[in-house]
Amino acid sequence: MAEITLKSLAHTYLENPKSPQDYAIRELNHVWQQGGAYALLGPSGCGKSTLLNIISGLLEPSSGEVLFDGEVVNDLPPEARNIAQVFQFPVIYDTMTVYDNLAFPLRNVKTPEARVHERVMEVADVLELTSQLKRKAKNLTADEKQKVSMGRGLVRDDVSAILFDEPLTVIDPQLKWTLRRKLKDIHQRFQITMVYVTHDQLEASTFADKIAVMYEGQVVQFGTPRELFETPNHTFVGYFIGSPGMNFLDVSARDGAVWAGDTALTVEQGVRDAIEKASSSNIKLGIRPEFIEVHTEPVEGGMSAQVDHAQDLGTYSIVYLTLGGISLKARIEEDQTTPTGTAWLRFPDERLGLYVDEYRVEVDHE
Amino acid sequence: MNKVYNNRAWWLILPMLLLVAFSAVIPLMTVVNYSVQDVFDANTRFFTGTEWFKEMLNDPALQAAVLRQFAFSLTILAIEVPLGIGIALIMPKKGWQASVALILVTMPLLIPWNVVGSIWQIFTRGDIGLMGWSLRELGYGYNITSNPVDAWATIILMDVWHWTSLIALLCYSGLRSIPDAYYQAARIDRASKWAVFRYIQLPKLTNVLVIGVLLRFMHSFMIYAEPFVLTGGGPGSSTTFLSQSLTTMAIGQQDLGPSAAFSLIYFLIILLVTWVFYTAIMNMQKDNNKGA
Amino acid sequence: MSLNLENIDRVVGGETHIADMNLTLEPGSFNVLLGRTLSGKTTLMRLMAGLDTPTRGRVLMNGQDVTGRSVRHRNVSMVYQQFINYPSLTVYDNIASPLKLAKVGRAEIDRRVRGIAEMLHIEHLLDRQPLELSGGQQQRTAMGRALVKDADVVLFDEPLVNLDYKLREEFREELRAVFSERNCIAVYATTEPAEALALGGNTAILHQGRLLQYGPTADVYHRPIDIRAAEMFSEPPINIVKGTLSGSEISFDNTLHFPVGNDLSTLEPGEYRFGIRASHISLTPRAKSDIEIHMIVDLAEISGSETFLHVHNEHFYMTVHLEGVHEFRVDSPVKLYFPAHKVYAFDHEGAVVHIPTHLRGI
Repeated sequence: MAEITLKSLAHTYLENPKSPQDYAIRELNHVWQQGGAYALLGPSGCGKSTLLNIISGLLEPSSGEVLFDGEVVNDLPPEARNIAQVFQFPVIYDTMTVYDNLAFPLRNVKTPEARVHERVMEVADVLELTSQLKRKAKNLTADEKQKVSMGRGLVRDDVSAILFDEPLTVIDPQLKWTLRRKLKDIHQRFQITMVYVTHDQLEASTFADKIAVMYEGQVVQFGTPRELFETPNHTFVGYFIGSPGMNFLDVSARDGAVWAGDTALTVEQGVRDAIEKASSSNIKLGIRPEFIEVHTEPVEGGMSAQVDHAQDLGTYSIVYLTLGGISLKARIEEDQTTPTGTAWLRFPDERLGLYVDEYRVEVDHE
Repeated sequence: MNKVYNNRAWWLILPMLLLVAFSAVIPLMTVVNYSVQDVFDANTRFFTGTEWFKEMLNDPALQAAVLRQFAFSLTILAIEVPLGIGIALIMPKKGWQASVALILVTMPLLIPWNVVGSIWQIFTRGDIGLMGWSLRELGYGYNITSNPVDAWATIILMDVWHWTSLIALLCYSGLRSIPDAYYQAARIDRASKWAVFRYIQLPKLTNVLVIGVLLRFMHSFMIYAEPFVLTGGGPGSSTTFLSQSLTTMAIGQQDLGPSAAFSLIYFLIILLVTWVFYTAIMNMQKDNNKGA
Repeated sequence: MSLNLENIDRVVGGETHIADMNLTLEPGSFNVLLGRTLSGKTTLMRLMAGLDTPTRGRVLMNGQDVTGRSVRHRNVSMVYQQFINYPSLTVYDNIASPLKLAKVGRAEIDRRVRGIAEMLHIEHLLDRQPLELSGGQQQRTAMGRALVKDADVVLFDEPLVNLDYKLREEFREELRAVFSERNCIAVYATTEPAEALALGGNTAILHQGRLLQYGPTADVYHRPIDIRAAEMFSEPPINIVKGTLSGSEISFDNTLHFPVGNDLSTLEPGEYRFGIRASHISLTPRAKSDIEIHMIVDLAEISGSETFLHVHNEHFYMTVHLEGVHEFRVDSPVKLYFPAHKVYAFDHEGAVVHIPTHLRGI
């Protein structure tokens, strides 16, 4: 059981890093609390696997510290860290039976056979592997193999955290959700800290209570799935979470109004004030396609936008719009009328985000 | 049926058929032909049936040579396989060291058989050979021309020196194909070095080892040039292996009939042993596949 | 340029991979082959390309029988799941390679390669080698090679499977734009219903080597001909519940009763299987006639902006597709509503006998 703390962690694969771009991980400070279910989400190449390997001790960070329960473990090898890791491709010991696979980590430290048996049976029961125990592990299906590799982490009662590196990559789509449920089950039952690395928002949000979104070697937001969706802290989170991602409009304040290109936007006073106060000229307004109100008739405070086309996605549509020269997407429900030609848009105040230099800025609502 | 049948395609395998005919079928049929006849000259020949085969199978000298041959092949396998695996395990996997190690290990394989014999012939001489001289200086009466034990040991040593590299290289490639995740998982599972070898490396090496053992068995069973150059089959006939007995019979004594029969027996032994070994291994894997 | 498949069978080693396939693809059409793994998508594409020949039946291009004609004489191109490029050639030479084989003039090659590269947003990468590129860029290069030679038929075999979902979103949008300007037949295989919907055009649903349904994508989605087609073309799969229709009432497993709306009243009383789309079930009632059901949560799968809720009661399982992020604890109770007027009905053989009329586009 452990709380994992990362202190000014940085890592580079180059010998003489020159610019921040040379770092896979940059100045990262983070705490994973004991017993939490966490995800580390980001596109390929964002440094998430590097970070995972640093935590498990397979990789030594270029600088900074990794602490387990307040103790620096930088110098400890993986076998001394009491960490279990489940890899992208199931790692099983081919020649052994499922039972022996599960018993392996215990037998390696000379656990009495009676205790081994007790633990293996318990874990096999949780993972629904009891009927497979006598089979050779190499004849299992991919999902069973992945359960076995998970089980090898669970049998140890000294394990302080389990790290998952995209564990469902090779699993048949129809079986994925049962394994996801299994994972949640296990977490609730064992109360072990779990960190799940993935590039897939579904996997991350389904598994984790809190998600760390990584972008260019940094954690740009650490929050619940709902927070990532409703109040993305960084433009990248807005773009990366949700399909389609958040709309962003480059805006400026001029003549007492907020402008996107040549169109004055209807926004509340607080947004206008914040834009005027901003020290940078990199200012964006962000709104999710789900939250744009689309009207087919003029409405009060509605901004007129040109409808480019609509895409029927079955039970909802995505409407492609142009507002002030900027392309926007809006989601229209099945029962709503799809606009043609011109539409009138409203951005609900509480759904609109202001981003200065890519980070979200709080706005005073009157 | 709209499938296209183009029978001209059959012509494409003609060159291969011709090649096989010349390289395998015709020579083999010649041998079969000789093995059932007693040939005096181009016009005088008698059909002998299985007579030559019976004679060969009952020949005590040949029986001894067969036993000697098995002893030799099994001995070198028992040494070369574990040694080859060991070398593959300690070979560096990355950087310039890996290239250097690869070149060094490959070197003995590039030397022709008879040259290997000559090298060792000189190497083991008591007067000018490094090994022979050193052993004598150390007080051991080393002499491969008079002491059968010395002769045997030397031939085995020579073969090990020459061919362990093959096993090592095969294993090296097998080891390289193991994904890093396996080693990482093993570290996290706190597996000992031995456990890593036993449960990760060895299972992954099974396939290459099957090939290695088969090659080395067939190869060593036909060993000729090296002992011929080194010991000439002596002292006495203590290092006379099968192929040398055959050569002596066929070329030296011109006993074409018996040697043809013997060749076929020889061929069948190799075929049989190889087949048994291969089937055994395949069966082992099939059982594994069936699982529970 | 049209492509006809007539009564095609493809049997390999006694195993039927494609059975009794009849399909006509119109000139300039964009066609999606939708089906699970091993449903015959790849086999069908190989038959279209001429990489394989059918065991029975004919392939016609523009009315001409090309059944036995090899791929080299068919003017087709193909893009695969894996990013297949010539590793030692630059992106430019990769894209130019089909034109060089066709002995096109150098100036013409240059013009077309640059045109395609611009369309696929890789004009700045032309001097690089494929292995230096990201997965998305490698696949763009492969697409460039397929598109540059003005093939009559362009085949895509799950080209986006190995890409991040964000890249997939971008590609889908671009693909449609690319093909709207061309007059070739595009065929695109996928396992994902959402991808078929996003690509539009026509959709053919394949199942175990057979064609279940073919038509305009939205039409196939809204008007499935049977249960299997409805299940194949919905993600999460449409919820199927057994029920009895008697007079003015429907009951699910004799436990859940609700009155029948006008549209279902034309059905004969009896046993049916009813289909309810996952996205038609909601947490709050949307109409007065909505039916309230009590379920237990198995799992809430959250996908950024959407939630897939797996629920059950003693009699049946259901999947619910909710907009937005909703967190639920495993095994907690939940009250759900579904609209009685959006229910499909299938007879005991699985054929559709009722399609709701309140859906958009119908």
